[in-house]
Formats: sequence, C-alpha cells, structure tokens
Amino acid sequence: MAQTLTADPHAPTAHGHAAHPTDGSYNYLNYDKTFMSWAKTVDHKRIGLMYMVTLALVFLVAGLFAIALRTELIATNWTNYAAGEQDAAGTIMNANTYNWVFTMHGAMMTFLFLVPSVPAILGNFVLPLHLGAKDVAFPRLNLASYYFYIAGAVLVIASLFVGQLDTGWTFYMPYSARTNGSVTFLTMAIFIAGFSSIFTGLNFIVTIHKMRAPGLTWNRLPLFVWAMYAVSLVQVLATPVLGITMLLLFTERIFGVGIFDPALGGDPILFQHMFWFYSHPAVYIMILPAFGIISELMGTFSRQRLYGYRAVALSSVAIALLGFLVWGHHMFVSGQSAISSIIFSLITYLIGIPSGIKVFNWVTTMYKGSIWLQTPMIYALMFIFLFTIGGLTGVMVGVLAVDVALHDTYYVVAHFHYVMMGGTVIALIGGMYYWFPKMFGKMYSERWAKIFSLFVFVGFNTTFFTQFLLGAKGMPRRYWDYIPMYEHLHQISTIGSYILAVGLFGVLGTWIWGLMKGRKAPQNPWGAATLEWTHATSPPDPHNFTATPVVTRGPYDYYLADEVFLTRNAPSSGDGAAGDGSDGDVPQGDGSGDGAAATVVARPIVRDFKPH
Amino acid sequence: MGETSLWHPPSASTIAPDVDAIFNFVNYVSYVFFLGVLAAMVYFVVKYRRRSATDRPAPVVESKWLEISWIIVPTILVLVVFTWGFKVFVRMNVAPPDAYEIRVRGYQWNWQFTYPEGFTTSKNFTVPVNRPVRLLMDSQDVLHSFYIPAFRIKQDVLPNRYSAVWFEATQVGTYDLFCTEYCGTTHSGMIGKITVVDQDTYNAFVEAGGDVGGGTPEQKGQRLYQQQGCAGCHSLDGSRLVGPSFKGLFGSTQASSTGSHEVDENYIRESILSPGASIANGYPPAMPNNYSTLTADQLDGLIAFIKAQK
Repeated sequence: MAQTLTADPHAPTAHGHAAHPTDGSYNYLNYDKTFMSWAKTVDHKRIGLMYMVTLALVFLVAGLFAIALRTELIATNWTNYAAGEQDAAGTIMNANTYNWVFTMHGAMMTFLFLVPSVPAILGNFVLPLHLGAKDVAFPRLNLASYYFYIAGAVLVIASLFVGQLDTGWTFYMPYSARTNGSVTFLTMAIFIAGFSSIFTGLNFIVTIHKMRAPGLTWNRLPLFVWAMYAVSLVQVLATPVLGITMLLLFTERIFGVGIFDPALGGDPILFQHMFWFYSHPAVYIMILPAFGIISELMGTFSRQRLYGYRAVALSSVAIALLGFLVWGHHMFVSGQSAISSIIFSLITYLIGIPSGIKVFNWVTTMYKGSIWLQTPMIYALMFIFLFTIGGLTGVMVGVLAVDVALHDTYYVVAHFHYVMMGGTVIALIGGMYYWFPKMFGKMYSERWAKIFSLFVFVGFNTTFFTQFLLGAKGMPRRYWDYIPMYEHLHQISTIGSYILAVGLFGVLGTWIWGLMKGRKAPQNPWGAATLEWTHATSPPDPHNFTATPVVTRGPYDYYLADEVFLTRNAPSSGDGAAGDGSDGDVPQGDGSGDGAAATVVARPIVRDFKPH
Repeated sequence: MGETSLWHPPSASTIAPDVDAIFNFVNYVSYVFFLGVLAAMVYFVVKYRRRSATDRPAPVVESKWLEISWIIVPTILVLVVFTWGFKVFVRMNVAPPDAYEIRVRGYQWNWQFTYPEGFTTSKNFTVPVNRPVRLLMDSQDVLHSFYIPAFRIKQDVLPNRYSAVWFEATQVGTYDLFCTEYCGTTHSGMIGKITVVDQDTYNAFVEAGGDVGGGTPEQKGQRLYQQQGCAGCHSLDGSRLVGPSFKGLFGSTQASSTGSHEVDENYIRESILSPGASIANGYPPAMPNNYSTLTADQLDGLIAFIKAQK
C-alpha cells in the first residue's frame, strides 16, 4: 500500500525541456536568476519567498517599535507622583510619540504581518506541494495579491510623512475622525491590503477543491491544508466587511457624512460592531494557519498519525464558522446591551472547546510515537505551552464579570500576545525551520537554532507573563506612563523583551547562516511522509514534481510509508531518491540495504486504549 | 492602598470579592489543565523519545471515549464558569434604586464630578462608605472608560448617550481611577483618585462644597491646577505640552488669534472661562469649555497661582 509515483510521459519539466537534471540541482531558485524573473513570477514558491522577505522587514520594523515601547516603559515618568510632578519628555519619548509608536506597532503587526503571515509565506510555498499540484489554481491572481499587499504597505509608509497616526490599531470613533490626516492613508492601506487577503483566500479554496493529486481524498489531506481551507473561508467572508468599514470611515473623514461620529449624528458603537465583526474572525485568520503547522510538526516529529485527525480537521472549520458569532465579547463594557454581552459570552465559550480539543489531540499524538526533538519540534512544544496559557486566559477574559475588571488592561495585552505571538509567530518560526531545507536546499545549524529557541522561550515568558500580573492589578493598556506601584513589573517585562529580541535576531541569524554556509539538505531530512518531502527535491523543481504523484494513504501513515524510509537514508546528492521517478513503484520493505523498515512493517497494529 | 496579593489589586467594594472568587476559580482550574498538559508533554517526550532513525511506531487506534471525555468535561466546566460570571454581571449592572447619584463627565483629559448637592470637583472625587453610589456618565468629546481597579468596575463613557455604573465601597481609603479607553495625547494622564470616607466626613465635605482645604489663594490655585487637570496641558517648567507653559506667562506678551495681548488677570480669566475666544499662536484650540462653573474664589486662586509661576 505504498504511496507510489506513476511515471507521467507528459510530465513537463521547466520550459518544456526534458534535459534538466531532476536531482534538485536545477530548481525553482536557480532556473532563472534575473530580477524580472522574480518580479513577474507566477510560481507559488517564489511568491512565497517574496512574501517572506517583505513580511520579515515588516516584522523587524514593527518589532523595533515594540522594543522602543518597552524601553519607554522601563521607568515611570512621575518624578514625584504625590506632588503631581511628571517628566513630559519621558524616558526616551514623549506621549505623542509613544501613541504613534504603539499604533504603528499594532497596525503593522496585525494588518501587514499577522493576517498575511502564515498563508502568504508557508501557505503559498507549501500548499500546492502538499496537494501534489504544479501551482495554485490562479497563479496570476496570486502575484496580484502580492502587489496589492505591496501597495497597502507603501500607503502605510506614506502615512508616516502625513502625520503621526495615534488612534491605536482599532481606529475607534470618534477619536479617529478628529485626529490627523494619516488615518485616511491607513484606512486606504488596510482597504487595499484586504484585497490581497481575499485573493489568497479565493485562490486557496479553489486550489484545494480542484487541484488535489489523484488519490488525495479530503480524509488524506495534511492538516495544514485543512487549516488553510478554514482560514481561506474566513478571509473571503470577513475581509469585505473590514473593507466596507474602512470605506465608511474614509467617507466620513473626507466628506463629513455622519456615520460613526456622534457630532454628525452617527453612532460610535456601530463602528465597534463593524470593526470587530471583521477583527474577531481575523484573530482566527491569524491562529488557524498556526494550528495547521503544529499538526504537521507533531505528526512528523512524533512519527505518528495525528491523534483524532478528523476532530482536528473539523474543529478548524468549526472555529472558522463560530468565529463569526463572537465579536461582541470585545464590547462587554462598551455600552452595548447587557443581553448582547451575555449571548456573546456564551458563544465565546463554545469556541473554546474546539481549541481545547486540538491541544489534547496534539499532546496525545506523541503517545507511543518516536519523538525527535529537532528545532521545529521544540517550537511545536513551545507553541503548545504558550497557546495553552493563551487559551486558558482567554476563558478568563470571556467571563462576563471578570472581563469588566480586566478589559483594556495589560491582562488582555498579555492574553493576545500569548495567542498571537506565542501562537502564530512561534508556529511560523517552527514551520520556517521545518520547511527551510525544502525552500533552500540547505540545513541550518541545529545547535544554534536550539540555543536561540531557549532565548525566545525565556524572553517571551518574562515579557508577557508579568503583563498578566500587571493587568490583573489594574494597569490599563495604551499608557505612556503609569503610577509608581507598577514599576517593578514593567521593568521585568522590558528586560524580558530584550532577551526575546536577542532570541529573534538569533533565529534570523541561524537562517542567514544556513543560507550562506549550511550543508546541503537531503530530500527528506525529517523523515516526513507528506508529498513535498517524499516526492519533491530540495529545493523543488520549478514545476514542483517531475511527475504527478498518486496518493494511496493518509499524510502521517508512517506504517504504510515505506518510501520515507527509503528516501530518508538516500545520499544527500539526491540520486536514488524516490522523487526522481526512477523507482516509480517502490516495493514494500525492499530498500537499499534498509532492512529495519521491513521488520517494523511486519509488526501488528497495536490497539491502544479501548477498541471500539 | 492596603495589602495586595499576587493577582489582585486592593478589594474595596461589595462586588470585588465576587469577581475575585470567579477569577481564582478559573485560575486554579487553569493551573490544573496547564500542568496536566505540561506533564503529559514532558512524560511523552522522555518516554517515547526517538531511539533510532528507522523507528517505525505502530499507529495508535483512537479511543472514542477519550475523545468524548475531553469534549464533555471542558464544556461542563465552561458552562459553570459562564453561569457564575453571568450572575455576578447582572448584579454589577443593576444599581439599587436608592443609590446616591453623582454625575460624571469625561473630557480630554480629565474627569468632572457633579454632586447632587450642586457642587463640582475634577480629577478626584469623594464618596461615603457603605452606601450604594451610581455614576451617570457621558463624554464631551471622544470615548473614555471609567475604571476603578479596587472596585472591579469599568464602563465606557460615550459622547452621544448616558452610561452608568454603580458600586458600594466597603473600605475607607484612597483608590486609583483610570481612563481605559484610548483618548489621545494625555490618555495616560487621565487618572485620578477616589476617596472613600465615613458618613460624617462626607457630610463635612458636602458642607464645604467639595473643597475641604483652606489656605492662601495661591495654595488653592495650586490644588486646582492638579484637580482640574491643568497639569495635563500646561507645564510649570517651560516645557511645551498641548498648551502654553505657565512659567513666566503672567505679564508676558502673547500673540494670539485676536492680536497681541499682555497676559494680565482679565486675559487669563477670559482664557479659562471661554477658551475659544483667543487662541495662542502656534497652539491647537484644544482646551475644553468646562471651566465656566468655577467659582469667583477658585478663579482668584488659579490666577494667583499662575502669577506666581515666574
């Protein structure tokens, strides 16, 4: 029952030439090295890398803003609180600058980094490979989505010259109707970048429906694909509402039409409803792809079928749909009716259940597995650690009476950083390490990657756990200054942010080192069982596969995946790898001297827990 | 301030112990879940660590009961927590009918409190202990949010409608008041104090029209400079904030939207009572129109205080 590769006589190689080597030495990175070949590429892998570089720059800038914020908060500016004496210059910046910096940190991280992040980088690179496809369904639309994103990013940069945007990333009315003109630029930027999201979502939905390899049924899809499917649904359905909201805000500012501003007869709460109707589902746009990555990593590095595959896959879709019905939990103290708050709180709890199911399934996947603690797995375990804290504190802020006290305090700040950074960003880093050999055909330094993961872990918890304590004690968010009783915790948090910064620069360093000096990666360094590892070279051919793969088993069925054990020991030069098509029909247990696999296959399937 | 625990600010209202009880319950249950997940992870990583590159573990067959149990148990727990939170939330939202009502107005960047006896204080306010107090609130400009951590209450304050919050203080003392909805430059300075006093002290406070400190006009002016939130926009050391610094202001010549003026008593009086009448060049017309309720006595104090800033 091995997954097999059928020789396809019409399988094209790049440019239709048949003469290119198929061992990875001729690949999507080097078949054409001109600038225009990148700028005009419709190759999903190249678009993924272009997003990667762009998003890394955005993350760097927005991250440096965060370091500036933490540095400002390292000491209180009250020189004598009792007498009301305050240093208006601040530790390193005044209040106006601080308000600008936290707004840019939030807006860039949310709209320009977290929303696109995993789908744009890893989704683009991995999804067609996972499906055994040559590309996404609409390659040109894919490139267009990248340029829409760039247009949005350029407008954000332009806004920096118009004035210091100081509304917070939430643009709450009526403040954002009265502050300076950079709001107009930012709303247009988000409106345009929104199209990028919609295009990507549409593209992925069609790709997943129409371009799966023969034999790749819905029940055999890697869980990363399921996550991409769920997130694409949300992108397509929710993003237009954000577009409309931004357009209304724009109309109000430019033409003075009263929609949200009470001075013009509008309703500021309506703005909050419309904003969160997108921005809460957007939270799932950010976290669902991370769930997909973690499922891949847990399966691969435990060498086990993902426990509760069906539950994990369907819980993604459940989260995506329920995510549309909980936006009001951001507004318990906004002045919306108490009845609304009660209903939103109840539905919020329903969404906690599928998230819990996922965590339990990931952990149980390790049971009776063969756990290989490489860097991607370390990040996956780190994700479970941090996301569990993020999720449980989410239950806390969902409690109506408790949220009244915690709303808009650092407790909420800590909660969403545990989910967004401890969740999405940590999963993205883990996924980057995991697919790095496939992307570049090079290995990073395992030792240094592990050392810096420790910095990330310690730095992250030091920074953000203290913020739970701050928030529970009443420290409000978006404060340039605070009363002296909060100073110690703020200092610990700031020191943590420096450790975290060292860790993240270290992570970047391991990637750059890997690119420059890393040893050549074999086709399947992890012994993974999905198509990009079993059937594509590292880095892949411009057209992904030299022949269309045929799938005969689930994505993590190691007990059926003989080719994993053949390819993983293949010489790293690539010859003899299953992907080259020479051993089109991999015989069971017959490997180049790999007898061990054969003996293990013969072992009967153990029935654990209680059989049905 | 009183003793504070690891997780809680001082607890000084009737609702605070109820909120803390739910917080603690969720926190303890979270510890159990978190440590359970962590223990399982560590145990599995050690026990099932990879021994050889060719390890090929047999697939684990899923247990229906295990999966059902980890759906049912968390569902029951969150429903318990929801119901509990809902009950306390309802109490938070329904003020007793006999509550003492204080009118609160938020503006950039201060709070103004109008007592039923007719007098007004800014920034700080005072309430009697063991008596339900209802705050009827609105905003003069943008959104604000009224938050007293020690009372575990918070409510957004809106420009186009009233919102309300109530509490009953249980401990005499002074507690922090924060604005928790971002409202612009001096959002972090939109803070104040609530002083909880016994009924006798409160009666004396009402007698004195909210101003219990005596002293020279200049001392009174200094107090008002803090209480009325002047400090948020006008510095005393010459540094530029939202409005002109008071340092050396009196007696100087000020270029403004209505021409050049010498800053004397009448110019300051006009600037306080109708801020829009004459805007100093180079500054935004940001000062709110809130100070027309100041008494003649209070104006004298403020002018004396500004005069003294040489």
